[in-house]
Amino acid sequence: MAVFRGERLVFRDVGFAVPAGGALLLRGQNGAGKSSLLRAVAGLTPLAAGRLLWNGEDALDDLPTHAKRIAWLGHLDAVKLALSVGEHVADKAALVAVGLESFRNLPAKLLSAGQKRRLALARVIASKAPLWLLDEPTNGLDARSIAMLGEVFAGHLQGGGMIIASTHTPLDLPAAGTLNL
Amino acid sequence: MRLAWRHASDTAAALLFFVIAATLFPFALGPDARTLSAIAPGVVWVCALLAALLPLDRLFGADFEDGTLDLLLLSGLSAGGVAGVKTLAHWLTTGLPLLLIAAPLAVMLRMPAQSVPMLLLTLLPGTMLLSLLGTMAGAITLGARRSAVLMPLITLPLMIPVLIFGCAAVTSPHPEAPLLMLAAMLVLAMPLAPLAGGAALRAAAE
Repeated sequence: MAVFRGERLVFRDVGFAVPAGGALLLRGQNGAGKSSLLRAVAGLTPLAAGRLLWNGEDALDDLPTHAKRIAWLGHLDAVKLALSVGEHVADKAALVAVGLESFRNLPAKLLSAGQKRRLALARVIASKAPLWLLDEPTNGLDARSIAMLGEVFAGHLQGGGMIIASTHTPLDLPAAGTLNL
Repeated sequence: MRLAWRHASDTAAALLFFVIAATLFPFALGPDARTLSAIAPGVVWVCALLAALLPLDRLFGADFEDGTLDLLLLSGLSAGGVAGVKTLAHWLTTGLPLLLIAAPLAVMLRMPAQSVPMLLLTLLPGTMLLSLLGTMAGAITLGARRSAVLMPLITLPLMIPVLIFGCAAVTSPHPEAPLLMLAAMLVLAMPLAPLAGGAALRAAAE
């Protein structure tokens, strides 16, 4: 695959495969194109060259269908300050998984940066989508939350899910492949 | 919709702007009933258009800045569908309240009572068209520097034909033709504006 952002070629000749239950970590310095690759896999940024296949079929042909397969966590949390935690994510199990179930009725504007990040992660968990695309999921999280995240990831992979994540910090993903950009 | 309810002051601001802008005219022109009733349809129409523009720059702007736009595009709806739903939300939170408050304003401007239903009948497609074109312009100007200025510059010229036929229907003794023109423009804009808006959203999210 190759991706342009504006006039700039971000990367080219990048290829990878993620099996069911597999994970892929994207590594590279700032500006190497980790976020661009995630956006391209999500279908947000068009591919300049190459193809993205899902079970052998072109995934980007039908974007609304492709969108249902993926859960997206961008570098922004997409948390609306006026809404409560429970209004963002109604799924109780997902809130328990990130340790926010006791804040269910709290407006999101009272959450800390790390708690907002966890709320965004709860949305990913609640989506039940098979492919998780995570852009720096550990941003702003403390050590305990990162450990909690490891369990959540392991559970998702065991259920046959897939994860593609960009990260600078070590992530607890034992069987993950690595793609250096 | 829930956010709009939580931020009800945004809708209230548009409504108050509408009321105050329309109220300025009697102060400027004097309380003469003949003058006022002659300009009433035009004043109500123009003020309603300007008031409906107020919340448009935040319609996508807030979502663009906090990352929600990506989630909306990945919600399983097509991009055009997202623009269409946003249009509907804008009309329900701005167009419809403006429509409801237009009647008392028209009476205040000494508009003959028998023309008021016709004014509301023209404002119904009028506010819908503004929501459609405004949402499209909001999507197009997304990410532009000064988008709050650019957006009315795109929307208002497109609204000129709507304004002409809308006001003509209120004042003319034969309102059927301009009403049909309004309906035709609505039918044209209903599929095209969300499609264009959706394409603009995709481009903005790149």
